[in-house]
Amino acid sequence: MNNIKAVFKREFAGYFSTPVAYVFIVIFLFLSGAFTFYLGAFYERNQADLEPFFRFHPWLYLFLLPAIAMRLWSEERKTGTIELLMTLPIPIHQAVIGKFLAAWCFTAVAVVLTFPMWITVNYLGSPDNLVIFASYIGSLFMAGGFLAIGSCISALSKSQVIAFSISVVICFMFLFSGFPLVLDFFRAWAPQAVVNAIASFSFLTHFESIKKGVIDIRDVIYFILLICFWLYANVVVIEAKKAS
Amino acid sequence: MESEKKQAEVIVKSLDKRFGPIHAVRDISFSVKKGEVLGFLGPNGAGKSTTMKMITGFLEPTAGTVSVCGYDILEDPIRVKEKIGYLPEGAPLYSEMTVKSFLEFIADVRGYKGERKAQRVEELIQKINLTSVRHQTIETLSKGSKRRVGVAHALFHDPEVLIMDEPTDGLDPNQKFEVRKLIQEMAQEKVIIISTHILEEVDAVCTRAIIIASGKLLFDGTPAELQARSETGRLDDVFRDITTSYYQEQGVSAAS
Repeated sequence: MNNIKAVFKREFAGYFSTPVAYVFIVIFLFLSGAFTFYLGAFYERNQADLEPFFRFHPWLYLFLLPAIAMRLWSEERKTGTIELLMTLPIPIHQAVIGKFLAAWCFTAVAVVLTFPMWITVNYLGSPDNLVIFASYIGSLFMAGGFLAIGSCISALSKSQVIAFSISVVICFMFLFSGFPLVLDFFRAWAPQAVVNAIASFSFLTHFESIKKGVIDIRDVIYFILLICFWLYANVVVIEAKKAS
Repeated sequence: MESEKKQAEVIVKSLDKRFGPIHAVRDISFSVKKGEVLGFLGPNGAGKSTTMKMITGFLEPTAGTVSVCGYDILEDPIRVKEKIGYLPEGAPLYSEMTVKSFLEFIADVRGYKGERKAQRVEELIQKINLTSVRHQTIETLSKGSKRRVGVAHALFHDPEVLIMDEPTDGLDPNQKFEVRKLIQEMAQEKVIIISTHILEEVDAVCTRAIIIASGKLLFDGTPAELQARSETGRLDDVFRDITTSYYQEQGVSAAS
């Protein structure tokens, strides 16, 4: 626990010691607002809810969260500090968890800062605030999934650009795995059971009910398992680099 | 919990490392005891750093074992890392942190808390001469100061085993003197391994020297024994003799 806390603290503070944090938060807030009002037709719908706000979270996350995750391990490799970290008495899995939690909490800060949206909708009407709260929680779980993928990929390369690009592609596949765009690629040669399994991996399918404020325990378990899987892969990648 | 007091020593047995087709370290064995300062010599690319990285648990050996104070590096990596203070080559540091916050991070990881933590950070800042730069971010420091922060990190938990990869590389003569003095002061109660290609350093601080070239161990003895092998009595000449004759036997030039 002690180590996880130490790594977390260092990493979390790291976001704020460079302009990265502020640039990210501003862009996130600006885009989420713009999407809600322009693409989501927040006013025109005449409904007191935040569905048009949450609807765009998967798209924002797709491009913004790999940018948050890409530095986690790539930068350590590039600057050589990985040698420092890996020769301190910290088990690898604790370093992975500490870093992941730092990225996740940072994202949570950005998401919480969208609260003017919540104030706005409460000012204009009387929405079901429990639904909104549930959507926020669900959205954060999905963010965790994106970040775990990004963290694992960033351990593969010392180039942050490569880490970012590959993470976006993999996140994209997870996002769209329920759609013909991805499924047709597998349908040609994979058995139906595999195709169904891939379809069930889709972030969008699992986010569908969450954005309406329904937290289905299966969706939550899905995201938790997804996070665990990618963090485990993250540990495996770092172990493998040690032996190579 | 093991009650017996483990002896402070590093034992390296038949250590071997391949990176794909490159055979970086070939069957190296040696052991170092408390009170010894081992100088690791060799031309660039000889496998000095790779060997140190394996002792500190950063790289896994292809074959062979390393035992530090009785703990095996593959079976008990965390125990081993608790025993070792390590200054990696070039002293990589988290450049966006301030000197103080970096040392506090090391304190957290090394299990120092509260008053003890504040005290130890302060003590090192004084001892290693970092008072004037304590609130600066590491990226703004001079090379010498950066190296000192690295040294402070390695010494933080007063380790039984100290491993430093080219600790004086790139420092000015005064700074070199400081680092050597520090090593000499600690020599009695620790196992110390330093790598260098400055031969005068071996004379100045080491009680034992090991020469490796192309990943093979070519000499293991005291600096005096090393000197005795040369007709001129100069370390430079012996070093050249040993390493180049090895390369000639292998049919490659020393420059390659």
